[in-house]
Amino acid sequence: MSVPKHSHDHSEGEPLAAAQDSHNSHGHDKEKYSADHHPGRRYEDNRTYMERWLPHPLLTFVLVLLWMALLNSFTIGGLVVGLVLGMTIPIYTANFWPERPVIRRPTQVISFICILMFDVVVANIQVAYRIVFRRPEQLNTKWITVPLDLTSPEAITALTATITLTPGTVASDLSADGRSLLVHCLDVGSEKEMVRTIKDRYESRIKAIFP
Amino acid sequence: MNIYIEALIAFHIILGAFFIFVGSFGMIKLPELMSRLHGPSKATTLGVGGFLVGSMIHFGATEGRISIQEILITFFLFITAPVTAHFIAKAYMHAELKPEKLPKPEGRYGWNTYTSVEDVKLAARDQATGSDLQG
Repeated sequence: MSVPKHSHDHSEGEPLAAAQDSHNSHGHDKEKYSADHHPGRRYEDNRTYMERWLPHPLLTFVLVLLWMALLNSFTIGGLVVGLVLGMTIPIYTANFWPERPVIRRPTQVISFICILMFDVVVANIQVAYRIVFRRPEQLNTKWITVPLDLTSPEAITALTATITLTPGTVASDLSADGRSLLVHCLDVGSEKEMVRTIKDRYESRIKAIFP
Repeated sequence: MNIYIEALIAFHIILGAFFIFVGSFGMIKLPELMSRLHGPSKATTLGVGGFLVGSMIHFGATEGRISIQEILITFFLFITAPVTAHFIAKAYMHAELKPEKLPKPEGRYGWNTYTSVEDVKLAARDQATGSDLQG
């Protein structure tokens, strides 16, 4: 109980010694940390140690994993370099990540990827069949609108990538209010069926992963 | 190397080559740009995927260790392929396509590509406040 409080106290006192003073003597210190001196930075730095030095733990983890995979063999030196990269890159790119996507159920990510892989293979074979054996006039090429239940940008990006990866559908545009998706289909039997497949098979699963 | 393993590797390489060929063939055969976009999406997913599985089996058999870099290539392809397709589609919408030819989205505002910056800001504000539920 005392440990988080301790670190919290530190984080308020340590970063900008004047940040606490700015509560008492307004004006002057706020001027000191205004946009002239630190463009784009808040003058009251209330972040904890964790938030400052490890702003994005998930990104750090992925970067270390990626670095180890790139090396293709496990060495202690490689792990150290990976950890240094994994810690510095999130700190320097923190401004590009205004929100941290929370992954709610990691096990569902794995099952979603398995379903996606399976669908990619099946859809590939279907589309290859259509390209080889059908004449272009026989294809029912169509634009369809998919109404979205997802709201967070990360979730919509994941759904868009999923739709484009499964061949036969390309997600082309988002409506200005972010509530519908424009999808181009190579050969669609019934429009309603397609929308229902996308919503039931992919969107509901992504919705369970991202809040 | 075992003949069966060699056959397995050959099978995966031929599978990959087949799908890359069909993807390229689709680009010639299909009539307009949006349909053609579906062709190369096959070449990157199952085509390159087949090559990479073949490569993994090969290095697993000859060097006796599992190579992870092939999985990384697949991973990067899966991340970048939709972005490319999306940008080509957007460029096509800007250059060739009229918004009247597209189905209307739900709600008051149109598709992002054809909406002015002011309207996009208005839409974002409406969405944040939830005042556009009627459409």
